[in-house]
Amino acid sequence: MPRIPTAAAGPPASLADVTASDGALRRFLHGLPGVDPVGLEARAAALGTRSIKTTAKAYALDLAVSMIDLTTLEGSDTPGKVRSLCAKARTPDPTDRTTPEVAAVCVYPDLAAVAAEALAGSGVKVASVATAFPSGRAALEVKLADTRAALAAGADEIDMVIDRGAFLAGRYLEVYEQIRAVRQAAAGARLKVIFETGELSTYDNIRRASWLGMLAGADFIKTSTGKVGVNATPANTLVLLEAVRDYRAATGVQVGVKPAGGIRTAKDAVKFLVLVNETAGDDWLDNRWFRFGASSLLNDLLMQRQKLRTGRYSGPDYVTVD
Amino acid sequence: MTQADARLSVLKTYKLYVGGKFPRSESGRVYEVTDAKGRWLANAPRASRKDARDAVVAARKAVAGWSGATAYNRGQVLYRVAEMLQGRREQYVAEVADAEGLSKAKSAAQVDAAIDRWVWYAGWTDKVAQVAGGGNPVAGPYFNISAPEPTGVVAVVAPQESALLGLVSVLAPVIATGNAAVVVAAEERPLPALSLAEVLATSDVPGGVVNVLSGRTAEIAPTLAAHQDVNAIDLTGADAELARELEVAAADNLKRVLRPRQPYDWTADPGTGRLTAFLETKTVWHPTGSLGVSGSAY
Repeated sequence: MPRIPTAAAGPPASLADVTASDGALRRFLHGLPGVDPVGLEARAAALGTRSIKTTAKAYALDLAVSMIDLTTLEGSDTPGKVRSLCAKARTPDPTDRTTPEVAAVCVYPDLAAVAAEALAGSGVKVASVATAFPSGRAALEVKLADTRAALAAGADEIDMVIDRGAFLAGRYLEVYEQIRAVRQAAAGARLKVIFETGELSTYDNIRRASWLGMLAGADFIKTSTGKVGVNATPANTLVLLEAVRDYRAATGVQVGVKPAGGIRTAKDAVKFLVLVNETAGDDWLDNRWFRFGASSLLNDLLMQRQKLRTGRYSGPDYVTVD
Repeated sequence: MTQADARLSVLKTYKLYVGGKFPRSESGRVYEVTDAKGRWLANAPRASRKDARDAVVAARKAVAGWSGATAYNRGQVLYRVAEMLQGRREQYVAEVADAEGLSKAKSAAQVDAAIDRWVWYAGWTDKVAQVAGGGNPVAGPYFNISAPEPTGVVAVVAPQESALLGLVSVLAPVIATGNAAVVVAAEERPLPALSLAEVLATSDVPGGVVNVLSGRTAEIAPTLAAHQDVNAIDLTGADAELARELEVAAADNLKRVLRPRQPYDWTADPGTGRLTAFLETKTVWHPTGSLGVSGSAY
């Protein structure tokens, strides 16, 4: 198997000069081809009409379960709630041991230690949000301290947010330098960069942010925090998928994608998997390269699995209450 | 050709009623509905098992709000259904006459009885707790109180012969106590049920409390009987063979099953049997406060 270059090193030699100055970076990002919104949304909608049945559906459901970053990001989170979520992450459906584990549990940094302890010995990773999630409005030193605290608590993955204010004001190099700094602070961990696509107003901006994040060394690019009105939609996820496909074609570096927020049904999840397969390709159909940031999605996937197994429609009485 | 003949008549598209909306069947299928003499009346949607699943999801969503509404409020809403029915009485008289092959006078009697039945059940909403519950004498310093609570989502296989009066007689008692219903309309005579949905949609009954599916009973009912998120099923409209099959499916997840003795006389006094069939009894023990040597009461 060929060794896949990692993103951590920063921009490859072929693109080294685009981050040399603010002007060069701006020219590069604004030189990216524009997104045709009508075509994009039509393509995303068309791919959502695929009919996935029987064995393909069973495969898709299990794959989707294995790709979930089971998330709890509430002010009211307690260690007990995180522990019960971790138990669910390890054994999503206690009535069916063939159910795969989820990919990770995603929590706030102060609860990462609780999650790390509860997940010890399993294949489930600990993901922690950091850098003044969800607004990203704090001094760089604070963001770096936040990141270090999460890592010290045992996080395997860091979900950082970009400074949307700086991005929308056109200070691209500042956003780039911040991601680089967090990237260096989180050496060894997988870094997911959240763009909060619902706040970027245009698909062109989402494409620029995607390239900016990948140039700065993101292992994953992620749509949303789940804290604003518009979260992951098929269309904005499609922009991200096109970006990672083009980035690998240009540089040979593979970057993962994580839509987050608003994906609640198994049907939606399968639609996203179709998008992945048809856009980025089946190299991404693995929880190393594609994740769902979700919480209630898991219950619906489990109910659908039970339906496939027993032939009866299941109900919320047969899965855990989160 | 006269002026009146020249006008194209506007035919009604009958649709399902799910979650307060009127969708076509997800499958896109329809089937022909004829009157008692075999003449074509309309095409009715032929619901698939996915429509049944969607209806259960809609019903489940509606349970909390409807069962949480005050009994008095539910009574008002059901009374309003009767008011709306009264306003469209002529339409139902015609539909029932077509469906059941009755004379206009007999059909009108059926519709009037159906309206009266709504009113009757509307009156029961805030009285059923007193009849089906109450204080129990216990040997200890406790108040012991039993109160009826709705079972939840109830699937109703509506009677095949009586398209409106029979339907109302099985549907009204289910929702009067706070359950949400998924109704499988009479297979050969679904039009009065689909029209009743229009009345329900305009009479403050929250969306999802009643969901009406038309189609092949033998296709839809087994899905509902096996569905893990349906709490009870009424087999009134299922023939003996189907009823047996449905009872087996329902037993798998301990559904409450109502299988009345056939034939059922819909014009007779309905009694409270159907009203109490889909209730669960909750009993609470509460200290009377006369505990302790000091005899202190809080």
